[in-house]
Amino acid sequence: MLIIPCPHCGPRPENEFRYSGEAHIARPADPEATSDAEWADFLYMRSNPKGRHAERWRHIHGCGRFFNCIRDTVSDRIERSYPAGTRP
Amino acid sequence: MVDRRSPLAGLAGAAPSIPAARLVALPPCARVVLRTAAVLDLPIVQDINRAVVAGGVASLRLGPDEWLILAPDAGPIFAAASGHAAAVVDVSHRQVAIEIAGPRAAEVLNGHCALDLGAAFPPGMCTRTLLGKAEIVLWRTGADEFHLEVGRSFAPYVWQCLEEGRREHA
Repeated sequence: MLIIPCPHCGPRPENEFRYSGEAHIARPADPEATSDAEWADFLYMRSNPKGRHAERWRHIHGCGRFFNCIRDTVSDRIERSYPAGTRP
Repeated sequence: MVDRRSPLAGLAGAAPSIPAARLVALPPCARVVLRTAAVLDLPIVQDINRAVVAGGVASLRLGPDEWLILAPDAGPIFAAASGHAAAVVDVSHRQVAIEIAGPRAAEVLNGHCALDLGAAFPPGMCTRTLLGKAEIVLWRTGADEFHLEVGRSFAPYVWQCLEEGRREHA
């Protein structure tokens, strides 16, 4: 089981968390001016890297907060986590 | 007046006495979930994932803006929150309390809960976590004593998980 560090609660077992996809994907500020291709890109296209990946997690069976986390997708090693709305 | 019945009445009555991990269904009390960023005139704990008992009122801080308050009466909490930007919800009937205590209590809990209950979880610490498939609030009230807040419909399941684990120490 992964031990995931919640920025509010500290290291906790993986089963207290839910994965919420890639982090730092901003919704286009003006959807009406966005082309279909750009919108599809925002909705569906993810970087899916092999290696270091910034992702969102939610400590759903804990403090309930979303936060960001940098995890290596090859080794599962977690580099660090930081509160939602901030940058590493 | 409708009688309040514990969902654990039958199970608790039939529980064997196992001093290494005693299991007790605690009596009902008022429970309030308080969510606010404001500072209220209440003696509630300020450290996250900690609990304090002041004047018979236990406050458990479960998240950055979330407290679970266990009290004989919910009235003073509603009064203190009035006029503030706060969500105060009476959940007295939503959950029931179970205590497990004894030298093997932590071991029995760890049979179904992946939390590190060693030095990382000292007395006075509390958190929401999972026990088996059920979400619980776990509060370490003493070195060998744990208070569990369990959703009413999950209470028999949680009780039986703990019962199964502690029979090993009979």
